[in-house]
Amino acid sequence: MIDLLLNTLFIVLKIALILLPLILAVAYTTYAERKLIGYMQLRIGPNRVGPKGWLQPIADVVKLLMKEVIIPSGANKVLFLLAPILFIAPSFAAWAVVPFDAELVLANTDVGLLYILAMTSIGVYGVIIAGWASNSKYALLGSLRSASQIVSYEIAMGFALVAVLMASGSMNLGEIVEAQSGGFWTWFFIPLLPILVVYWISGVAETNRAPFDVPEGESEIVAGFHVEYAGMAFALFFLAEYANMILISVLTALFFFGGWLNPFQGIPYLEAVTDWIPGTLWLLLKAAFFLFGMIWLRATFPRYRYDQIMRLGWKVFIPVTVIWLIVLALMIKGGVGPWFSGRGGF
Amino acid sequence: MNVEQIVFYFFAALTIIAAIGVITVKNAVQAVLCLVLTFFSAAVLWMLLEAEFLAITLILVYVGAVMVLFLFVVMMLDVDYAALKQGFTRYLPLGLFTALALFAVIYWVVRSKYFGSDVIPEPAKHGAEYSNVKELGRLLYTEYFYAFEIAGVILLVAIVAAISLTFRGRRERRGQSVPGQHKVSKEDRLRVIKMDAEKAPSDELEQTADQNDEQQRGNS
Repeated sequence: MIDLLLNTLFIVLKIALILLPLILAVAYTTYAERKLIGYMQLRIGPNRVGPKGWLQPIADVVKLLMKEVIIPSGANKVLFLLAPILFIAPSFAAWAVVPFDAELVLANTDVGLLYILAMTSIGVYGVIIAGWASNSKYALLGSLRSASQIVSYEIAMGFALVAVLMASGSMNLGEIVEAQSGGFWTWFFIPLLPILVVYWISGVAETNRAPFDVPEGESEIVAGFHVEYAGMAFALFFLAEYANMILISVLTALFFFGGWLNPFQGIPYLEAVTDWIPGTLWLLLKAAFFLFGMIWLRATFPRYRYDQIMRLGWKVFIPVTVIWLIVLALMIKGGVGPWFSGRGGF
Repeated sequence: MNVEQIVFYFFAALTIIAAIGVITVKNAVQAVLCLVLTFFSAAVLWMLLEAEFLAITLILVYVGAVMVLFLFVVMMLDVDYAALKQGFTRYLPLGLFTALALFAVIYWVVRSKYFGSDVIPEPAKHGAEYSNVKELGRLLYTEYFYAFEIAGVILLVAIVAAISLTFRGRRERRGQSVPGQHKVSKEDRLRVIKMDAEKAPSDELEQTADQNDEQQRGNS
């Protein structure tokens, strides 16, 4: 019994070690976003709270904590309060299988890829229930948009992950990274380039980020599915959205850019020089690049029209992934090096 | 009781409670959510049987896609729940009889004589090395290859049939034609006209203003 308790305590500790830095990262992602978009639009961004505005996210959290959670009249109280939890739980749970280094992973499971896909797809319940339980037209419209958008892009994302699975021959995230070892030219982004583009854009669409942010399109439906939420309940939606952004960035780095692997692996001089850099740092650097890309997209592109979003998902991405799956199968059978050498033969 | 049993009984109870919830709650949206909970706890039970691939596929396919579409449709419906409740007592005897008959038939097939723990041995525990995914993959693509492929083709036919049944051809609508938009070149939209420069407009205005003044003076 003592053993069991200690074991549980140890796992809880490990979960805290993942989640607390994640929440901190979310807070400073919001800061980075406001600063970056500020500079891109020739503004300064937040600079009042603390030195250079560094304490702005903390101030925002305190502000949101102090605010009242208002429950609209006619709302379904239980579901209204359950929705933010249903939205944030999967986006945290997905981190269980994410490896930060060769040995640094909470759950080293053989179905990691499927688990990630399942977790990112059930987050939509939070959005749908929030929209329905709010008893508001705008919220309902936003949640309907979100549901159809996520279901549409789920398919392209699933196909993209099938390609990753074929290329690496495993659904274990750690093994997927190991399959790419051997320098930056053996990473999967070269043979899977179209898949990378599809996965990345679908990821942006799944997280309801600009230019796919129609579920909360503020110029049309106020704030979409979370229009009725205030205070901490709203903060949970916010937290989950940014946690999802970071997750998609980390996953893109893991699937296509060699995760924690050193890009200079196999280059005589550079490998020795960069050997001291820990793998986790490489992973975070790669993920930060994609996170920057997401913020960049938001500052650059106007929002898509709704029918164009649907067209892109169904008529462009799905055919592209299906065709590339066939090309990939041929490449693997042909043993095209350096990625698939040694696996060819009919 | 060890941990596994506690988890089993908890989620088995949750499955049954949620399944009862599906048919007893008043609101259709809540019923769908109960069904989601049922699938979820059933997935945990499968996980306990070391069928992790099937468990996560159940969540991915049913919870993540099918039930989302269910919810999508149910949310749009405007159901008058009071009207639905009318005639409950009238049809109660018939309903009870049907339910009992169904239960009897199912019980006749799924009873301990065929599915008891003495008939079916306890599934063997596998070590940490055992990969359920690899086993399933190997079986599906070797032994059950034809069944697997035929099931896939049947599903494809079902999709085609569903689409052809509901698709009513192109109606008169103002949709955009994307290939048409791509084909457009600069010459189709933009026309550069060669013409002489206009006279500066300011002189003309002054002239007319002067004329007006003269006319007014003449009138007065």
